[in-house]
Amino acid sequence: MKIDMQQVSAIKPPILSAKNVDVFYGKKQAIDSVSLEIPENQITALIGPSGCGKSTFLRCFNRMNDTISICKVTGDIQFAGQDIYGPKVDVVALRARIGMVFQKANPFPKSIFDNVAYGPRIHDLAENKAQLEDIVITSLKRAGLYDEVSDRLHESGTGLSGGQQQRLCIARAIAVNPQVILMDEPCSALDPIATAVVEELMESMKEKYTIVIVTHSMAQAARISQKTAFFHLGKLVEFGDTEKIFTNPVDQRTQNYISGKIG
Amino acid sequence: MTEYILTTSPKLKRRHAKEARFKWYGRIAITIALGFLVLMFSAIIFRGIGAFSQTKIKLEVSYTESIIAPDGTRDPQILRLANYKPILTAALKETFPEATSRKDKKRIYKLLSKGAVYEMGKRVSNDLALIGTHQTIWVTASSDVDLFLQGKVDAGLNENLRKLTDKDIQSVQYLQHEGLLKRKFNTTFFTNGDSREPEMAGILGASLGSFFSLLVCFLIAFPLGILTAVYLEEYARKSKLTDFIEININNLAAVPSIVFGLLGLSIFLGVFHIPRSTPLVGGMVLALMTLPTIIIAARASLRSVPKTIREAALGLGASKTQATFHHVVPLAMPGMLTGTILGMAQALGETAPLLMIGMIAFIVDIPHGVTDAATSLPVQIFLWADSPEKGFVERTSAAIIVLLAFLILMNLLAVYLRKKLERRW
Repeated sequence: MKIDMQQVSAIKPPILSAKNVDVFYGKKQAIDSVSLEIPENQITALIGPSGCGKSTFLRCFNRMNDTISICKVTGDIQFAGQDIYGPKVDVVALRARIGMVFQKANPFPKSIFDNVAYGPRIHDLAENKAQLEDIVITSLKRAGLYDEVSDRLHESGTGLSGGQQQRLCIARAIAVNPQVILMDEPCSALDPIATAVVEELMESMKEKYTIVIVTHSMAQAARISQKTAFFHLGKLVEFGDTEKIFTNPVDQRTQNYISGKIG
Repeated sequence: MTEYILTTSPKLKRRHAKEARFKWYGRIAITIALGFLVLMFSAIIFRGIGAFSQTKIKLEVSYTESIIAPDGTRDPQILRLANYKPILTAALKETFPEATSRKDKKRIYKLLSKGAVYEMGKRVSNDLALIGTHQTIWVTASSDVDLFLQGKVDAGLNENLRKLTDKDIQSVQYLQHEGLLKRKFNTTFFTNGDSREPEMAGILGASLGSFFSLLVCFLIAFPLGILTAVYLEEYARKSKLTDFIEININNLAAVPSIVFGLLGLSIFLGVFHIPRSTPLVGGMVLALMTLPTIIIAARASLRSVPKTIREAALGLGASKTQATFHHVVPLAMPGMLTGTILGMAQALGETAPLLMIGMIAFIVDIPHGVTDAATSLPVQIFLWADSPEKGFVERTSAAIIVLLAFLILMNLLAVYLRKKLERRW
């Protein structure tokens, strides 16, 4: 494993760091001793062939794996210097700091407004109605969706197109005001145009948020990310600047993957 | 150019024939099933339709104060049970002047229902101004007269084998000829409790008994069933214990209902001493019976809520309970309600467990609450089907019609709720 740690940490302490993380599904090991540091306000892409554990690894950061009863995570994962698996950590508070966007757009079958307002409501982020409306509108604007839906905020979120639904999910995640947004193949169900819109959106979001994205598309990783981690068979093979990974990978497996020989 | 065969080959023909045959099997099966259904409904309606109207005899009565209220009382309670027989006999005497012998008078009085005097009592106690006046009223005839008018009495039969004698029939025909007989809509059937006289028997008591039982059943089974389902589906970790519970819930759904009745008898009545024959204990027994149905339906509908909805809520930092009750349960609600209504419909039609806890008693009074002794619609049907009086045959079918109407209504409600509340994603 070759990580250019000095260079990364020299600029800023990483917002997320994983040390020797193992994940087991029952007896099967899905992630094998992965260590990784994710820099703040950048887009980090996790790539690798299907079943390599990149989604599983992503879901460790907001403890979504807790919902799978047979899943066990060991090792040390820190968010802004705190152990997220620590005894005093409340997953509810953690997930408010680390939001998530899923592979399949999953808006609630409620109105667009209520979709975005749900997070602020449960976390009591708004003191009154006007403030809540403000949060909703700001979030929709940040997700680049507001102009398209401003006249139908009270129509069902499930009536939107696939790309709009995914941006609605991003707006919903933003509304809670997280530091990190985890994205699990957010564009895999979208057409190229919708994908381009979402990618553009991510680009503009990185100023305010740290984004970790799992993607199948190497082209997408190359286009949008600053850091890329290549996973293979549950192991982190290579992690570094995206440009370097795609132009001059150190590991033979990375080379094979990006040239289309495996995966 | 290659010539491709696009016409039907023998092999294709066999395939088509197979398909056509299968379609016909399906159509035949549906036709047979529908045929039985139509047969059942038409038989019940044909038999029961007569009970929805009732024969009345037109009489000129004088509400003579000296007979009704010799002491001048105006207390409705006393007037309800005053002596009205002389008034009715006097009125009949005017209609049948030729019936002078004691025997004839008695015979003619029997053309009226035994409940006619109570009808009079009700009339007077509801309107005290009637006392001392002369009125033309329609009095309920006896069930035998009613059956005769419907053509259900065979006048050719040996006189000793029927309740109406030849003379009775003559009197009835005389009344008919004079226009003093009429079949009217049977309000008694919908406003009375049970009675020994078919023409006085009604289903209100049994309907209310069923209603109160179902109310108790719903209040117990719905929250318990939903919460059990939510806990098992959303919270409980999979373990040997939950597997065991799951198997037993499925087993409970298959337990014969009379066993629940026995349980109610020995526990609810024997240990807790809940008043016997009441909708309260009936509802509790029905709740036990309905519970597994509701739990199974609720779990199935919880399972059908996509996992992505749970993840979406959890990913936003909703707690497990928030994710469950803000998102999953509302989405599963249509299915839960449908399951509940179907369970309740099953409970509405249940007879056996109610027999065990004494809801089979002959109860004339209309129940006013869950602790009044009552019976239920299916039990009433059972009781009437068992009665020797011929007039109860049509009452039985009429009660079945009412029960079926309620069941159909409940099923329609289930369909409506499912359509109304269903959300697509």
